[in-house]
Parts: sequence; structure tokens; C-alpha cells
Amino acid sequence: MATVETRALTKRFDGGGSAVDGVNLLVREGEFIVLLGPSGSGKTTLLRMIAGLETPTSGDILLDGRVITGLPPRARNMAMVFQSYALYPHLSVFRNIAFPLHAQGMANRAIQEKVDWAARMFGISALLQRKPRQLSGGERQRVALARAVVREPVVFLLDEPLSNLDAKLRISARDELQQFQRRLATTTIYVTHDQVEALALGDRIVILDRGTIHQVGTPQEVYEHPADTFVATFIGAPPMNLVQRDGEPTLGFRPEHFLPVQTYSDTNGLLRIPFHVLRIENLGSDQLVYGELQTPMPAVKAIARIPSTLEVSLKSGAVQEFAVKEHRVRRFDASTGLRLDAAP
Amino acid sequence: MKPGHPPPAMRLADNDGALGGWLLAPAVIYITLLVGFPFLLSMYYSLTDATVGNTTLSFVGLDNFRRIMQSGTFWRAMRNTFVFTLISQILVVILAKILAMALYKDFRGKWLIRLLILLPWVAPISLGTIGWLWIFDPVYSIINWTLRALSLLPANTWPIWLGQPDLAMASIVLVDVWRLLPLATVIILAGLSGIPQDIHDAAQMDGAGFWRHLFQINIPLVMPIMLVALLFGIVFTFTDMIIIYVLTRGGPFDTTQVLASLAFFTGVPGGDLAEGAAISLFLFPLLVAVVVVLLTIARRTEVT
Repeated sequence: MATVETRALTKRFDGGGSAVDGVNLLVREGEFIVLLGPSGSGKTTLLRMIAGLETPTSGDILLDGRVITGLPPRARNMAMVFQSYALYPHLSVFRNIAFPLHAQGMANRAIQEKVDWAARMFGISALLQRKPRQLSGGERQRVALARAVVREPVVFLLDEPLSNLDAKLRISARDELQQFQRRLATTTIYVTHDQVEALALGDRIVILDRGTIHQVGTPQEVYEHPADTFVATFIGAPPMNLVQRDGEPTLGFRPEHFLPVQTYSDTNGLLRIPFHVLRIENLGSDQLVYGELQTPMPAVKAIARIPSTLEVSLKSGAVQEFAVKEHRVRRFDASTGLRLDAAP
Repeated sequence: MKPGHPPPAMRLADNDGALGGWLLAPAVIYITLLVGFPFLLSMYYSLTDATVGNTTLSFVGLDNFRRIMQSGTFWRAMRNTFVFTLISQILVVILAKILAMALYKDFRGKWLIRLLILLPWVAPISLGTIGWLWIFDPVYSIINWTLRALSLLPANTWPIWLGQPDLAMASIVLVDVWRLLPLATVIILAGLSGIPQDIHDAAQMDGAGFWRHLFQINIPLVMPIMLVALLFGIVFTFTDMIIIYVLTRGGPFDTTQVLASLAFFTGVPGGDLAEGAAISLFLFPLLVAVVVVLLTIARRTEVT
């Protein structure tokens, strides 16, 4: 168990801007933290600098309060799982898992015991003599995890470890990943571009874009109280509706909070907005309603998500009275995009 | 298609079978005329008493082979061939691996270094070797003069590179290494580029130092490709006689005579076509064996 801290960590690549630009981040002991951002946001570069695979241009990395910026990866005792799993194709599963232990110079007896322990934890004891090419995607992922766990590192670094699995397997693998992290209570830094994965797994989520941190918070915080308009539109599918107005703060509200007026039993504290319904998508559990806001709001496109349990009749082409509860409305600075109302 | 036109006739390009045949034909004709025919002819000659300038042949059975087996020169050439090939190819593979690893890294002016290293392969063998002939010259050898200028050559010592038996063998090995190193380097470089960066990163994260990484990850993964480079090197060295023809003509005292050069000197300048053909035929089973062994190993070590 360990804490990981970055101080003003910056990485510039030749002939380009900053991949990571002055990132300050403190990962707590035993925490599962997710680095989330679109591609090119610098999340993988940040992870690789923490791993020691990439040298920072400036700034420091601290492990348990000790500066480790200049140390090579093997002196950091961190384990990494790669998107491709990066199994050694010429070695059996056993020798793949044993590789970090051999590198530590552990005795053969102890290696045997440790590999058995790790293989049991991931249910791959029967596969130890196989080569990676004889395994399915899910099995390879487990071998990669076992190889990471086997030497009991102080930090796990996971770089999109689920993105090569098919959708169904991904959900069960996500569940297992979280369970084993809770059991081992090892500090974990997890990189993904998938917000559902981030919201499901993270104790806290770090939202990155263009090398800088936009917000660090629990899944609930980043969803309900986005720090700026980037987070508001990046988290949530469909994203938060934003209403930009001349000289006034930008309003933001989630599609699921934007409902026809008649569905509210308590009409106090409602922000009423006439909504020109243009198209309705039925997703089974929900209806997505696409349309355009009407005066007094500027004519901007918006989306409403109405649970199928609410029985409302909507017609495309019609203008209907929709409403959002006042306390659900977020306000952002029109020029900087930063949230105006203070965090709770 | 304009209306009223009949459908176009089936073109050659539409018929995969016929097209394949036509495309293969030049290669088949080439191999038949320039490899297959001479090969069969040398088999035929080796069983006769053919000589240069003699139009009548008579069948003599295995007489030529019997005579070769009793000749000291033949066995010396056989031994030289193996020594020459093995030493030069071991050096080539080790040096090519080191060079390829150095060239795999990014540094300024990499393309220039790559170009310079490839040059010996692009230059005609005979011209390059003539350059070496001057480098090894008994009087003007730049090696000797450099060593003398650096005071590294003891007094009263003046190596005659191509005139002293051990030095002569070392010299032709050196030239052969110089000649084949670029090809092997490029082949191994391609193999190195084929290893995903993630594998190297994973080895680093797993705590492997330089040597563990080299011997347990890097070399095993490029082994199939290295064997291909070795295969090419062995075949080229085994059958090559240009270096020896230009530098030593097999001398001094046949200490650099190899099978290919002995076959040539016996058959063409020596005029004994039959015996030259018989000597050259010894190359064939040896090469077939080498190819079979190496391809088997390469297939077994194949990964992914």
C-alpha cells in the first residue's frame, strides 16, 4: 500500500505541445483512482510517467512522500497491465507469471507457491502450461492480472485493461477487477476513455483534457457537480444540456431532469421551458426526446430522457411545456466555462 | 457497357489459374535453364572424364569421387569451408544483433548511419574486395602503417595479411563479415521492429535488467528471424568464391582454399571439368542439410 503524488508534472514531446501540463495529483492509500479523458488527453502519458516508462520534462513523482522521479521502473515496485496484455508470447503461462519473481531472484520453491496462489486467485490454474496464443482474450487478461499481482507490488497501474474484451465479458471482468482490488487493498491507478467504466470502478475519477486536470472527485461529484462545461458534456450519455445566453451564465441540466411539466406532482421551484419536440427515440427503458428550446430561452438543441415508467404522450413537431427543478440547474461562467455555484 | 455490345471476352487477368501460370513462367524457365540444367550437367560430367577442349566423353563411374576422397587438398578445402563459414557467421550474427539493437534506438543522424552500414551490401562484391586487397597489401597495408603510427606494432614485425596462413584465413573472414553484416543487420532490425513496444515495457515493469531482458525476451523473440539471417549468411558464404579469388586464390599453401574455389580452380583453369564438377557436387548435400535443419528450428521456435 502506498500513496502516489505528482507535483507540477509536465511532459512535452518533440515538436508538439504538452502531453501532460503541470499535473498535481494525490492518490490516497488503497484508493482506486481512474484517469478519464478523450484520446490525446494525456492520461496514458501520465500513467507511463508514474510507471517510469516515460521521463517527465519537469515536475516530480512521489511514492509514499519519497521522490522517485529519476528511478527506473524496476526500482519502483509498481506493476502494470497493458491494453494488449503484453504477455511474453514465447513463455508458458507459468513462466509469464513467474517472470517478475525470477527478476527479483526469488527461490524456485517460493516462486512455485506464489504462482499457484496468483493462478488460483484468477482461476487459471489449469492453464499454466499453455502458451499465450492458446488462450482466449479473457484468459489472457487474467494471466496479465496474475502477473501483476504475483509479486505484491505497492501500486497497480492499469492501462485500459478491459477494452480488448467483448461487451459482455467486460462487465463481468469489471466486477472481478473491483473485487480483487478491494481484497488486496492495493493503490490502483486505472486509465480509460470509457466513462461508464470510470463511474463504475473509481473511488475517485480524474478528468483530463489536453494534459490538464479538469476535475477530481467521486463518481457522484463529477456527475452531479461538474467543475466546468467540459466535464459536464464529457460525463453522461447523452451529455448535459448547456444553454448559452448573452451576458448571462450558461445553464446546464441533465437530460433525465428535463421532463414534461405534467409529470411533476410538486410544481414549486420549477424552471419552465417551452420545448419544440423534433424527434423521439424509444430505447425501451427510456425515451430520448430531441428538440429545440423556445423563448424565453435561446433556440438551442437539447435532449430529454424520459423513463418509460412515466406515461406521457409526446408528438414530434409540437411545442410542449417542459421543466427542470431549480436545484438541478447548474450555472457556468459564460466565458471560462467554470461552474459558478460553489461545490456542496 | 454500351447497349448492343456482346459481353467482353474473358480476359487473361480474370482467369486466376492461367494468370498464375504466366506469372510463374519466367521464374520456372530461369531456374530450369540457369540452375537446373547446369546442375544436371555437372552431375553428368562428374561421372565422366570430361576435360576442357575435349569433345569426346567416356563414362568412368565414380572414379572422380574416389580420386577426390584420396586428395589431401580436397579435405583441407572441406575443413577450410567449415571454418570460414562457421567463424564468419558466428561473428556476423553477434555483431548484427548488436548493430541492430543500436540502430533500433532513436538518435540524430540515424538514417545516415543506416545508409553507411548498408553500403557494403550495395557495392559490387568484387570491387569492395579489391579495396580490401589494397588494405591488406604487403607493402602499403593501411592497417600496418596505422598500427606503426600508433606505435602498436612491435619493432621488426610487419604482418603480411594475405601471405601468412592464419592471417590469410582471418583476413578473408574479416572481409566476409564486412560483406554480410549489413544484410543480417537489416533482417534482424526488421525482426526487432516486429516486437510490440508493450512487451519491452512489460519486461521493464517486471523488473528485468538489461541482460535478463536481452536473453529472456529480446533474443528468443527475434530468434526465428535471426535464423533466417544465419541461413542466408551460411548459403552465401558456403558458395562464395569471389572474396577468395580476388584476395588469396586459395593460398598460401591452400590454407584459404574452400570447396567452391577448389572446384573452380580444378575445373576451369586446371582444365579437369569432371573432377571440378565432382568437387562442386559436395556443396549440394551440405547446403540441403543446412537449410533443412535451420528451417526446422525456425518453425519450432516460431511464436504468435
